Amino acid sequence: MLRGFGWRHAGRRAWAVRGLDLHVRRGERVLLLGPSGAGKSTLLAALAGLLPEDSGEAEGTVEIDGLEPRKARDRVGILFQDPQTQLVMARSGDDVAFGLENRGLPAAGIWPRVTDALTRVGFPYPNDRPTHALSGGEAQRLALAGVIALRPGLLLLDEPTANLDPAGAALIREAVSRAAGPDTTLIIVEHRVAEALPLVDRVVVLAPGGGVRAEGTPEAVFAACGDELADEGVWVPGRPVAAAASSVRPSAAEPLLSAERVTVPGRLPEVSLTARAAEVLAVTGPNGAGKSTLALLLGGLLAPGSGRITGFGDKRPPHRWRAATLTQRIGSVFQNPEHQFVTARVADELALGPRRLGRSPGEIRVTVDELLHRLRLDRLAAANPYTLSGGEARRLSVATALATAPRLLVLDEPTFGQDRRTWVELVALVAELRDEGHGIVAVTHDEDFVRTVADRTLALGGPE
Amino acid sequence: MTSTTTNRWRTIDIVIASVIAVAFGVIFWAWDALWAATENAFLFFPPAQSVLYGMWFLPAVLSGLIIRKPGAAFFTETVAAIISALLGNKWGATVIFQGAAQGLGAELAFALFRYRVFTLPVGILSGALAGVVAAVFDWFVWTYDYDLWSYRVPYALITVASAAVVAGAGAWLVVRALAPTGVLDRFAAGRERALI
Amino acid sequence: MNLILEPVADSGAPLARRNPVAKLAAALLFTLPLIATLDPVTPGLALLVELAALPFFGVRARVLARRAWPLLVAAFGVLVSMLLFAADRGGDLLFSLGPAEVTTGVLSSAAGLILRIFAVALPGIVVFATTDPTDLADALVQNAKAPARFAIGALAAFRLLPLLGQEWRMLTLARRARGIDTGRSPAVFASTGFALLVGALRRGVRLAVAMDARGFDSGTPRTFARVQRFTGADAALVVVAFLLSVLILTATIALGLFRPIIG
Ligand SMILES: Nc1ncnc2c1ncn2[C@@H]1O[C@H](COP(=O)(O)OP(=O)(O)OP(=O)(O)O)[C@@H](O)[C@H]1O
Ligand SMILES: Nc1ncnc2c1ncn2[C@@H]1O[C@H](COP(=O)(O)OP(=O)(O)OP(=O)(O)O)[C@@H](O)[C@H]1O
Ligand SMILES: [Mg+2]
Ligand SMILES: [Mg+2]
Repeated sequence: MLRGFGWRHAGRRAWAVRGLDLHVRRGERVLLLGPSGAGKSTLLAALAGLLPEDSGEAEGTVEIDGLEPRKARDRVGILFQDPQTQLVMARSGDDVAFGLENRGLPAAGIWPRVTDALTRVGFPYPNDRPTHALSGGEAQRLALAGVIALRPGLLLLDEPTANLDPAGAALIREAVSRAAGPDTTLIIVEHRVAEALPLVDRVVVLAPGGGVRAEGTPEAVFAACGDELADEGVWVPGRPVAAAASSVRPSAAEPLLSAERVTVPGRLPEVSLTARAAEVLAVTGPNGAGKSTLALLLGGLLAPGSGRITGFGDKRPPHRWRAATLTQRIGSVFQNPEHQFVTARVADELALGPRRLGRSPGEIRVTVDELLHRLRLDRLAAANPYTLSGGEARRLSVATALATAPRLLVLDEPTFGQDRRTWVELVALVAELRDEGHGIVAVTHDEDFVRTVADRTLALGGPE
Repeated sequence: MTSTTTNRWRTIDIVIASVIAVAFGVIFWAWDALWAATENAFLFFPPAQSVLYGMWFLPAVLSGLIIRKPGAAFFTETVAAIISALLGNKWGATVIFQGAAQGLGAELAFALFRYRVFTLPVGILSGALAGVVAAVFDWFVWTYDYDLWSYRVPYALITVASAAVVAGAGAWLVVRALAPTGVLDRFAAGRERALI
Repeated sequence: MNLILEPVADSGAPLARRNPVAKLAAALLFTLPLIATLDPVTPGLALLVELAALPFFGVRARVLARRAWPLLVAAFGVLVSMLLFAADRGGDLLFSLGPAEVTTGVLSSAAGLILRIFAVALPGIVVFATTDPTDLADALVQNAKAPARFAIGALAAFRLLPLLGQEWRMLTLARRARGIDTGRSPAVFASTGFALLVGALRRGVRLAVAMDARGFDSGTPRTFARVQRFTGADAALVVVAFLLSVLILTATIALGLFRPIIG
């Protein structure tokens, strides 16, 4: 299907994908792996015929059933990583019908297929549910329904379960395996290999420089070069990462910030907690439990509906502090990295915090260079933060908070979308900060993260 | 700067033109939420309110400069007007006519240069023409009962000047600032930048 | 204030149920003639007709009041500026405001303008409050022969409106987290606005790709899952609106109160 394929994004010198030869047979189920930034998302877009010639430069050929992808579009369904950007209509049912209308199906034939697709993915709401009121997991399910309603011969899924709680992720996987019939070809991108393996019968690993690093059945690939792949950043199953135990006894550590019986109506039921120095507190819970809301409260960005937050010997609650005071004491990382970027270059983004604290240019350069290097962003120092791949953007947003190293860090999903290597680096950074005496509160769905660095865990319940 | 692509609108042209209108709908809404009070500051000399009048044409000129296809400015300003009608405003449904007419004004500048030139002066001209349409419309429909020299003339002049500066030059500056963010990569307007 | 568009009317009301294109046409045909005259009687009559028609649209009074409050601000602005800058200072002198003399002529012109604001705005508010954007786009394509690609493209972008409203709030928070105090500084407003625009365009690019991925621009003629009909009742609504408007204008002319805007 692919012969010597390559793609370079407009405005970039490096190729995102290059020299790729790959043949996928009808009905095959392929797991596409590779380190963050290897070009996986780019490759899926190419297969779906969604790389317009005006947005970059191509080489080699791509063919689907002997056709150019742009002509074969009606045989291909693609699910992107961020579901909210691919919902098109304001009402859920209309959104599933959208693709069918485009195909020119008669009106009478559309609604039965909509209902069928919605039941297959387990979408719990009526057709007129507004799409902007869906939680992350529900939106993902609806998007999947929109794709399978078209009954594509080739189904492309890009990290379909990122940001979902384990139960939601399991549901999506179940929906995929139910939705894909025997003659549906499936290509999935997923960093968490172990979870996707039951769905696939072949693994393809992309090499970051270009080309295919390894391929074959999962057993064969991981038996042949599992260790090397793990070193290169693939989450090879059965090779857990080592825990980084805390050197300080949590109970002895000094409290930094405590929340007493705080709530936000409709978003967060009552919760109390204390964040201590030299300790990692993990906050877990299902989608919609109010974890991100809690993170905003602790970060001094939202006023609680009731209850009190106090800390740092200040009589006023954090949301009343001046922004400059706030950033010296508490650093926040948002769930959506793009919300956080305020400059036009990766390096400036990292330098912004230290500069505002009045550090010397020399010091700033050392901090920035070290972070860029450790998080493998050095190549992208001059890039615009918004053109990064999903994993790269996440690392940058965490790095901005690490750059000023305030006493307390509030991180919302710090590790999502990371390959094994960058994950280990991120976790090591967090552990180092903790050992230096910083307090860390991390909202996460990532069980490995909890296991390796968390000193305590706070589990929030479901939405009431 | 020349346009090489055909005049057929791609999906992305249609969506981006509409998104510009929607985004400005939100920006105007946030502006209202923050600055509804400032209106009163202009009460001592009401024509001065039109200093910021040009903001309303910013989407039209911006869209013309980015999309570079016939009808872009017109389409965006019309959609913007429909959105402001949907959100509720003080001009009722007639705002749709008003918006369409102002959009045509902005469009005229690009048409004069046959959709080939998208420089700062063209942007300013486009803003100014939208302002002229608005000023003429208001002259007859909304301000006819006011005193000629102390109100209507300054009102019209300020409207056109504001349109030229805020919408015309403003849109050009916004395009320049947008290009390095990569969002305009699929438009000719965004491709004039250095490789990384 | 919230950007999420709430259902504001009882959608079962006899006129609210009419075809969106018919409602829009009726509103335009009814209000456009109104702006041709400057006297207070025409908009006054029109306003009476509009208020009489309100119950048939099922609009709840509270919601209407909330949507119409900007009109009060606008009306107040008109009053002040008319007192200061009215052209026609005929009639009896009532009192002086500094250099400006307030006469009956001034007050009557001001009343005309203010009534006109209400009379023109109200039908728009009512029509849009009772119309779902999706239905409007569908009807524009199916009944008014608007180009489908443009109508549906605009509709898809419109879906982003509530999302961008939320995004505005997140951006303000993010700035604070990075050490930038928000508040009423115009510089921060501009930079937040710019970030919103960038985010919106980025979403737009992805949305366009997602639409193409589902065959939006494939060249196959689109079908419609939601059929909009333009019935006799819809035609009647348009005709009646137009006739009423003509009737009001005729009445004003017959009473000799007509003051055309040009002339
Ligand atoms: N629109 C764009 N403009 C410029 N460069 C881009 C763009 N999109 C992606 N890139 C770059 O292309 C490379 C490959 O990106 P891609 O999104 O395909 O990676 P990926 O393998 O999906 O990574 P991840 O696992 O982090 O999502 C990255 O270095 C990224 O920075
Ligand atoms: N700005 C908002 N306005 C109103 N409701 C909101 C807002 N943000 C979130 N919610 C609602 O509050 C609840 C908690 O949201 P929150 O984002 O805190 O969940 P979460 O635990 O972080 O979930 P996830 O794991 O999906 O990120 C959800 O039901 C959500 O729909
Ligand atoms: Mg990716
Ligand atoms: Mg969250």
